[in-house]
Amino acid sequence: MAKVTFLTDVCKGCGLCVTACPKKIIRIATEKLNKKGHSPAEITDQEKCIACAFCATMCPDCVITVEK
Amino acid sequence: MVVFKKPHALTDAPLHYCPGCTHGIIHRLVAECIDELGVEGKTIGVAPVGCSVMAYNYFNCDMVEAAHGRAPAVATGLKRSLPDNVIFTYQGDGDLASIGMAETVHSATRNENITIIFVNNAIYGMTGGQMAPTSLPGQVTQTSPYGRDVATVGYPIKVCEMLSQLDGPEYLERVAVNNVKNVRNAKKAIKKAFENQINNKGFSLVEVVSTCPTNWGMTPEKALSWVDEKMIPYYPLGVYKDRSAAKEENK
Repeated sequence: MAKVTFLTDVCKGCGLCVTACPKKIIRIATEKLNKKGHSPAEITDQEKCIACAFCATMCPDCVITVEK
Repeated sequence: MVVFKKPHALTDAPLHYCPGCTHGIIHRLVAECIDELGVEGKTIGVAPVGCSVMAYNYFNCDMVEAAHGRAPAVATGLKRSLPDNVIFTYQGDGDLASIGMAETVHSATRNENITIIFVNNAIYGMTGGQMAPTSLPGQVTQTSPYGRDVATVGYPIKVCEMLSQLDGPEYLERVAVNNVKNVRNAKKAIKKAFENQINNKGFSLVEVVSTCPTNWGMTPEKALSWVDEKMIPYYPLGVYKDRSAAKEENK
């Protein structure tokens, strides 16, 4: 099964992964803050993930690891 | 099975770039190419002055920090003294197209066997968003608050078009990193630029049309669409010179 992991503390919350995701299952968790004070990205529905790795391709900070 | 993970040629240091800056994507593409070609142990990078001045913290290979704009000159020296190593420079538009233009043109015309990654974001990022040689006509920057006036400051420099007029360079291509398709194409171009060097073909330059959300005053998402709307029409993507391919066709 597809699995996406975010290295939350490195994420800067830029949202490029959110725009790239074809399934629209990534969001910026505005209610959270990471070590650096950014709101990190998180996946909302792991079940719907198709492991296309578009999010990881657009991520400037290598936050995302994709497995399937 | 891992579909995507951080390439080995990047260190674990968190990048200092602003949120949404595509420098991170380009760093990763270079590192992926180094990984895939298996040349990490014999690669030497040359870092520029500009936003990517601290690139030496992020690549897992040896790195040299060049004086402003002099990266191609430093790379020339490295390549000539260490011909078996893979030498690349990573430069921005202020570094390569402004203060370092002479070094760029002369290393191209000598067909120096090096790889140049040229990041064009149409602005001076590190110094706070002043007008660059590559700023678009009418573009508002700190030093052109009414938009770039071509009557007084002239037109932007199109590096790939200009260098393609020389007989020297082997390979010139302009790519972008504003969507997944363009990122994949950019990786192909960067890989080819490295392969050219390994096969002793000569000077390869890949111009990457990039974003600067902070100094453009846009959200990262808006900056990506601005690349499509404004940058790519002025800086058309494509291969500007590929001497080996041209030779093949003439056979």
